[in-house]
Amino acid sequence: MNLAYTRQQSAFREEVRSWLAAHVPTEALQSFDTEAGFTQHREWEATLNEGRWGMVTWPEELGGRSCDLIEWLIFEEEYYRAGAPARVNQNGIFLLGPTLMEYGSAEQKARILPKMATGEEVWAQGWSEPNAGSDMAAIRATARREGDTYIIDGQKTWSTRAVWADWTFGMFRTDPDSERHRGLTFILVPLNSPGITIRPIPQLNGLPGFAEIFFDRVEVPVSNRLGDEGAGWSVAMATAGFERGLMLRSPARFQQTARRLVELYRANPEVGDSDPAVKDAVLRAYLDAESYCLSTYQTACRLTQGGKIGAESSTNKIFWSELDQAMHATAMSILGARAELLPHAPDAMGVGNWLDGWLFSQSGPIYAGTNEIQRNIIAERMLGMPR
Amino acid sequence: MDFTFSEDQLLFQQTVRDFLVSEVTPQRIRASWETDSGRDPKLWDQLTEMGLVGMTAPETWGGLGLSELDFVLLARECGYVALPEPLVHTALVAVPMLGALGGELAQRWLPAIAAGEATVIVGLEQNLLLEDAHRADLLLIQRGDALYALNPEQCKLRHNESVDPSRKLYAVEICDSAEPISTGAPVQAFTTAALNRGALGCAAQALGLAQRMVDLSVQYTTDRNQFGKPIGSFQAVKHHMANIAVRLEYAGAPVARAAYSIANSEPGASRHVSHAKLVACEAASLAAKNCIQVHGAMGYTWEVDLHIYMKKAWALNNTWGDAGFHKNRVSSWIFSPDAKLGAGSTFPSGA
Repeated sequence: MNLAYTRQQSAFREEVRSWLAAHVPTEALQSFDTEAGFTQHREWEATLNEGRWGMVTWPEELGGRSCDLIEWLIFEEEYYRAGAPARVNQNGIFLLGPTLMEYGSAEQKARILPKMATGEEVWAQGWSEPNAGSDMAAIRATARREGDTYIIDGQKTWSTRAVWADWTFGMFRTDPDSERHRGLTFILVPLNSPGITIRPIPQLNGLPGFAEIFFDRVEVPVSNRLGDEGAGWSVAMATAGFERGLMLRSPARFQQTARRLVELYRANPEVGDSDPAVKDAVLRAYLDAESYCLSTYQTACRLTQGGKIGAESSTNKIFWSELDQAMHATAMSILGARAELLPHAPDAMGVGNWLDGWLFSQSGPIYAGTNEIQRNIIAERMLGMPR
Repeated sequence: MDFTFSEDQLLFQQTVRDFLVSEVTPQRIRASWETDSGRDPKLWDQLTEMGLVGMTAPETWGGLGLSELDFVLLARECGYVALPEPLVHTALVAVPMLGALGGELAQRWLPAIAAGEATVIVGLEQNLLLEDAHRADLLLIQRGDALYALNPEQCKLRHNESVDPSRKLYAVEICDSAEPISTGAPVQAFTTAALNRGALGCAAQALGLAQRMVDLSVQYTTDRNQFGKPIGSFQAVKHHMANIAVRLEYAGAPVARAAYSIANSEPGASRHVSHAKLVACEAASLAAKNCIQVHGAMGYTWEVDLHIYMKKAWALNNTWGDAGFHKNRVSSWIFSPDAKLGAGSTFPSGA
């Protein structure tokens, strides 16, 4: 065990830091759940890609830097420290990208990954359906094969970024007689295809961060299938694994929130006098964010030395999502009567963007598989309890 | 950056675990409750033969010259079996303190400890009562800014019964004639070091205790049927267990980091230890709470083994600094103006 960075790792950190210092927009971008903000974030993805900082873990021939997980963690630390924009193409670069590298054909990789990298094509996820949420195997949207074409009918919902995205990926039932996990196929669909209707769904903050997608005889070439026909479930599990696993939420994000929370508490010391529990909650935020960082580094080191990630990765999403909620709840307590004010309200001095974070933190225990589903997975696959 | 234990360290852990699980059974622990000393000399001999008792002592004094980082995984295994013998105390607290004191004390006592011929117990004011003082051949006792090295004749012991029958606790009264071996600033340094090592031992054992309670409860809820199926198949029961697994999963790395920081004299060692003790003891407390619940009435009995581990977890929570003490150590740092917090601040040469 050696908990110091190597000279190369420190040099890498310096390189990231100085590039970000020169390129991160000085004025915050608008939310990527507005049309203008979406465009701004798409442009930022292109800027990142020009510096080869878009997907540092991707291989060099795809515009990445072949970084290992420790370098990825360092990159993320600098990224969050710099206050760089949120990643509008997260569904693409962190979820579909790794899945494509594992299951995609050479032709698919060459066709899809470069445009994903530049932000020219932004991806929405298409997991859920109205009757297939936690029970994802209940998917009913169909893809009927006619020669070299799939004809897609049905509906997806809660599709993050679908309002302005260019593509979606998801599972469709290719075998009409199949049930549950069998007979599903993973297909990539351009959202400008004839027959597609997108209905935006406003989220808690009023912005359309997700949408319903209706498919009415949408034709997609068979070359847009990822993996074998009928093998969609195992492809999707790999994707979901990336989502719940190490790379969806790096510790840096929560450590920055914990830091801001300590600063908020220090700026409002009278709160601790009237409610000592608040100080304890701030301490807990620091400890848990630090624990999350330590554990992630430990796992990353184990994986870079050839170890495998197991069912224990399901603990990850529960830990950070509940931490995020708790930290924002504490911030709301500190802000007191101002906590409910929107940032532009005339008397909302000093509220920062805590309210927006508080709203978003409500979604953490729900998306990427609810925390109840994660707890079932932990109990059954990690602890070996009976089904 | 390498946050992994070496193959040797992991192999040693496995060897010790296999030994402890087969030797330190709940039956043997219960048998020890029936003896006067509560301790098992044969078991101590076995631990000595394995080199565990003196392993952190320098080789010149009969030890293996290994570090806190080498021992921390073994301390976890001691927790897993709720080992009553003072192995963690000896290897993590007493031996390093004697090593730091050096001189005649080290020369006289370290080889005797490593040979299994003597037991040395360290008592700080922080701990109201001393475990295993009745077996001590030498007591190193801190009072204020004075440190005493006492033979058993130089102090009076008053036995206090614990809820955990494995814990043999004593109030120590120092005879008036005793003279301190050290006073002032050096004592402060010895005290802090001993406190950190004691707290690290608690944290590591708490991880093992939590794991044992989980293992017992997974087994119980798999075997126990109600409504025609194992109770472990019900989500309410599963989620109790999953909640422990989450807290336990994220307590391991802080404990490893604390051991590393002590072994390498990192400047943040004290707060790293406090972090580790807080989260590991919380994981064990949650394990106790949820595991008794999933055992139902059986968990509330003397007969079922769960209480062996549960009671030890409760006790460790408040020894070598209670939660309030350790929270204050961390929060006085995070609320200080020069604290570096946020992304990239976790490891020293980072941001």
